[in-house]
Amino acid sequence: MAKENIIEVKDLTKKFKNFTAVDSISLNVKRGEIFGFLGPNGAGKSTTIRMLTTLLTPTSGSAVIENFDIKKNQDAIRRHIGLVAEKIILYNHLSAMENLEFFGRLNHLPKKVIHERAEGWIKRLGMEDWKDAQANTYSTGMKQRINIVRALLTEPDILFLDEPTLGLDPQTTFMIRTFIQDLNKKGITIILTTHDMIEAEALSDRVAIIDHGKIQAMDTVNNLKKKVKGKGSPTLEDVFLQVTGLDIRDKLGKAKKQSGPPWQGGDGKRVR
Amino acid sequence: MQHVFSDLWQITKKDLLEFARDRIRLITFVIMPIFMMVLTGFIFPSQASIKDVPIGAVNQNGATGDRLLGVVKNLEITSGNKAFQIKDYKSIAAIKDGIKKQEINGGIYIPADFSSNIQASKQAQVTIIEDQANPQISDITTQTLTNVVRGFGQQIGKQKVSILVSKAGAKGLDAGALVLPIQTRLEGILPGSTNYFEFVAPGIMAMVVMTAVLTGLAASVSREKEQGTLDGILIAPISRLAIILGKAASQSIRGLAQGAIVLLIAIFLFGVTINGSLLLVALLLLLGIFSFVGLGILVSSVAAEQETATQLLFMFQFPMLFLSGAFFPIQQMPKIMQDIAHILPLTYAIDALRQVIILGAGLSQVANELLVLIAFGAVTLVITVPLFKKMIAR
Repeated sequence: MAKENIIEVKDLTKKFKNFTAVDSISLNVKRGEIFGFLGPNGAGKSTTIRMLTTLLTPTSGSAVIENFDIKKNQDAIRRHIGLVAEKIILYNHLSAMENLEFFGRLNHLPKKVIHERAEGWIKRLGMEDWKDAQANTYSTGMKQRINIVRALLTEPDILFLDEPTLGLDPQTTFMIRTFIQDLNKKGITIILTTHDMIEAEALSDRVAIIDHGKIQAMDTVNNLKKKVKGKGSPTLEDVFLQVTGLDIRDKLGKAKKQSGPPWQGGDGKRVR
Repeated sequence: MQHVFSDLWQITKKDLLEFARDRIRLITFVIMPIFMMVLTGFIFPSQASIKDVPIGAVNQNGATGDRLLGVVKNLEITSGNKAFQIKDYKSIAAIKDGIKKQEINGGIYIPADFSSNIQASKQAQVTIIEDQANPQISDITTQTLTNVVRGFGQQIGKQKVSILVSKAGAKGLDAGALVLPIQTRLEGILPGSTNYFEFVAPGIMAMVVMTAVLTGLAASVSREKEQGTLDGILIAPISRLAIILGKAASQSIRGLAQGAIVLLIAIFLFGVTINGSLLLVALLLLLGIFSFVGLGILVSSVAAEQETATQLLFMFQFPMLFLSGAFFPIQQMPKIMQDIAHILPLTYAIDALRQVIILGAGLSQVANELLVLIAFGAVTLVITVPLFKKMIAR
């Protein structure tokens, strides 16, 4: 039986003045899948994620998440999603529990529920001895673990993960990847953005490759691999390079012009 | 909508807790108003504050000249402190040279014929030399020296007139009244006199409090934008109004705390008396803050980065500092500047604070200023809150 779509995106576009960061993309994400969302720097990944998580208003097109329109029912969507953004969302001068309590209360969860949920995830991610220490005493990996707990407090149906293992040691990376799979087994739909092709290949049911603001390829990893010419047993990286080419996007000159206006980071994400 | 107040309170509480844990921000928060108060309190001269001002003296006369210099030398404006420190010079030229070298801030020259002219009942002359490089000290110094010389002259005049009166046998005539037929008497609303510090303290208080809100709010929003934590707040199903008002509330609480620090320093270190109601002072500060929240939101919305916010704020703050009458009375400014001053909410807050603190004004006497502050705050909020909502999801 075909799974229902939990996210339906149609002709979604975001322009910053004359620059089109996301150019009329359409895609569907099925309930319960891990959807890899890949692309070079400045391709439009983070801009898309920000639109889908209601942080950015689209210029045109539509997106429906859990049957709610991202332009009209933002608060309803916010109740169904969790976001682990590229920048870690934690206050350094607050402890893990204080951070979690703050974000939980903003989501209108009673204190007791916040503590019950948080304690469980914290234990699962090995942070129980650190939960009352200020976040500025944590390593990046520890911060990221608490950051993930924060995104899970509301028990979201969809979890957006933007580069969740970037800059982490192999042990923490392994722990987080296993954790993502566990969450998915519990029924949470995962949208995963990553530059790590091994990670994307290992975790994703389907992937979409975005470049220059447009979806260039979208299918299961195996189907995409079949389309690679001239390689015996191609990897997802081969697929990616064939689709997006070998030009380095962060170089100055032509590539810079393509990657966006000066107020954008290399990732097409607004630097604020 | 039903959660606006509790959401707002969560944000306020978090901001304050974060602030209380940040030692560097906490230290700057306490030190800044102290620094400003102490600096302005001690730097700006008032008559009461002249102490040990070095002046040059040339006495070519002798005993009478020495008597006059003795009065100058022993003059105390605040008890226990000599106003002047006298250095002997040989000539007017030497005094002028001394001023050029900034060894002294003025001088007094008593010519050789000083006492002989007095004795012969001719008008004697004393020359006061001023330090034009230092107008504020020079004004006070020359004024004080002129008063001393005039007083000395009146004493001599009185003695001479009383001799004349007794010679003429005109009984019942007061020599003092003949020499100085009209005396002026100064009467204020309050006992005692006010100094420059009492003028400037309410100004600093209002300024510190309101700029704390203005800069604090914009900095707080842009810091969260840059660190990425703002996304965590924005992704929660809460009203954008609660976010910005929650932030404004935490900045207001901090602003009031800073205001209290300024007030305590003013009272205990500089002896400022609060003649009006403390509650009214607090209300004025609170409304002053309210009048600035809109502007703070405007800057937070427009400025994408912390650096831009700081530059924008500087543009607001710097002219306001001088135009609002915090340091100089508005009445001394040219007409166009006065007109600009009357657009600024800070001007009204400072004015009202001064009336309450120095003159003991009550609620009804500062009602107009209160209304202006409320109106300014309400209008700017109505304009800027929708702007903030729009800019944040741009």
